[in-house]
Amino acid sequence: MKKILSLKELSERNTGLTSGHRACSGCAFPSIIKMVVASSDYPVVISNATGCLEVVSTIYPYSAWNVPWIHVAFENAAAVISGVESAYKVLRRKGLIPEDEKINFIVFGGDGGTYDIGLQALSGAIERGHNFLYVLYDNQAYMNTGVQRSSATPFGANTTTSPPGKKMSGKMQHRKDIIEIIASHEIPYVAQASPSHFGDLIRKVRRAFEIEGPKFIAVLSPCVPGWGYNESETVELALLAVETCFWPLYEIDHGVYKVNYKPKEKLPVKEWLLKQERFSHLKNREDLIEEIQKRVDEEWERLLRLDGQKIF
Amino acid sequence: MKTETKKIVAKTGNEAAAYAMKQINPDVVAAYPITPSTEIIQIFSKYVADGEVDTEFIPVESEHSAISVCIGASASGARVMTATSSQGLALMHEILYIASSLRLPIVMIVGNRALSGPINIHCDHSDTMGSRDSGWIQIYCENANEVYHTIINAVKISEKVNLPCMVTMDGFIVTHGMENVLLLEDEEVREFLGKREPLYSILDVKNPITVGPLALYDYYMEHKRSQLEAILKSKKIIDEVFEEYNRKFELNIPSFIEEYFLDDAEIAVIAMSSAAGTLKEAVDLLREKGERVGILKLKITRPFPYEILRKKLENVKVAGVMDRAETFSTMGGPVSIEVKAALYPAIKKPVIQSFMFGLGGREFSLDDAFKVFDILKKIKKENKIEEEFIYIGLRE
Repeated sequence: MKKILSLKELSERNTGLTSGHRACSGCAFPSIIKMVVASSDYPVVISNATGCLEVVSTIYPYSAWNVPWIHVAFENAAAVISGVESAYKVLRRKGLIPEDEKINFIVFGGDGGTYDIGLQALSGAIERGHNFLYVLYDNQAYMNTGVQRSSATPFGANTTTSPPGKKMSGKMQHRKDIIEIIASHEIPYVAQASPSHFGDLIRKVRRAFEIEGPKFIAVLSPCVPGWGYNESETVELALLAVETCFWPLYEIDHGVYKVNYKPKEKLPVKEWLLKQERFSHLKNREDLIEEIQKRVDEEWERLLRLDGQKIF
Repeated sequence: MKTETKKIVAKTGNEAAAYAMKQINPDVVAAYPITPSTEIIQIFSKYVADGEVDTEFIPVESEHSAISVCIGASASGARVMTATSSQGLALMHEILYIASSLRLPIVMIVGNRALSGPINIHCDHSDTMGSRDSGWIQIYCENANEVYHTIINAVKISEKVNLPCMVTMDGFIVTHGMENVLLLEDEEVREFLGKREPLYSILDVKNPITVGPLALYDYYMEHKRSQLEAILKSKKIIDEVFEEYNRKFELNIPSFIEEYFLDDAEIAVIAMSSAAGTLKEAVDLLREKGERVGILKLKITRPFPYEILRKKLENVKVAGVMDRAETFSTMGGPVSIEVKAALYPAIKKPVIQSFMFGLGGREFSLDDAFKVFDILKKIKKENKIEEEFIYIGLRE
């Protein structure tokens, strides 16, 4: 296992994303991106799905990227990296790129471009076994177009296409389990991480870079306008998601489940929910909060049961 | 090189295309199976499996991903090819515009096929005509031999102008019809093409570039104008590349148009792809009777060779334009509308009759070709057009 880098060491490395990007104040993904890129010991090439990250970092004629970066469309970031990585392989084989020039290939995609419209291209790229790390920054809705529900949006959340009304109380479906979907491709490494536990996040990224083949890391990315909280509370929101076990930290390394963090005292999910504007309409809906809690508990118990087990 | 020493073999359009790909030995090929172009990729897969090419072959999960892979690979400096048809091309539609606006050389072979619905696997041009304004160069080939030679030229053109290029052939009629193909040697093809020398590559990690940024009203229009500049410049390059090829290999592969008894023709038919072959046969027979008829085979529709058309049709009295795709504009098919637009500013121009034929693989026979000429002769005699467009071979 490669050395775990300290934040100080990371801060001395190229983070890929320079200052001057136009992400909202308090947005989680600039920190996530920087930690991921700085965790690479080799140069990186990035493919980015359409979304907030692409829009805020590349307003022509400016670019906040100081590493090679390509954006093509919303749903094909994984297919694009397949092409880039394949070109790298063949050009190296033909001697047009030096044999010792190692590059880490990364995709950044939001939840819409990953759980929904981009799922097919992602599944295809993983099945074909391309060597890349897919990093999902999951802010749980289509934030770039004004907070519409995605299949990552949690049950009960208020979005502009799942608004609470007389008949419904926000989104009435639970979110897709993206980790299980990806894991069922039997890929070498899948993990869930949070920017609040940056040591864990960096370790996971560095572990992923060690492995040849497709890797996937889902990172929770709190969103100030989408979730509705004070911009200074981003890390706290991410932390609470982990402490309530709404967003457990775990990994599946070559088929072996590992829960990376077990809170000493599992906090009620309500504490995370009611800190956010998007769940404020649930204040007097104990029944719905109970349903969310039940789901969180079941999932957490399932993970604890699987901890240490080999699933494929 | 003398033509006699060249190898003439029997190949279908798909086989000829796959063979050209083998000789080109592209760096990356990504494709998804779709009738009738599937065979190209099947044959190419075997070349890959047998180690006859060094290509990274990516059998993707959709055409949308096929073209996306091609973009990623082309932006990385690789020589890239793919093949598709019909619904597959339609599924790529969104990404076609991005490939051309990123100025990425990619050569796509298209086996022309009708678009659903109703679902139909046979030939018409509704697929590529639907992609006509996507910023790709579009070349329509008449037969397997033309397909083979045009693909080789397309690689060079595409890389010289930094624009993607479609080379098309009629589904089943050419994709599956066996014909004589005059082959070059592998080394000749490779020497003609040389290595791709990209202007930029996203694999150049020491000189990072941002590809595909956001450009709003303050820059989008300039991007489109500069893209048009590339298309304008491509006209000269297309001619130069075909000329170099024909000179080098003593061949006569047409670039923008091919003339057939057009010099003294009073009546001409403007046609593309395999239909041009049938019409040439009709012209041969009519010429025997002393009729002054001819064909202008339109081979490239993007960029549209309007200057050539104005010049070549100057002395023609009546011209028919054959279309194999509907526009539902109620003015006829896309080619006839464009030909009319191209000729409108000309002082001397023919009267133009639009024809629709061959949709969804409907046969276009020699009798149909005669019917076209009969209608044009009647127009010439009576000096008037009665119908905006005429469907040929329609069951009424």
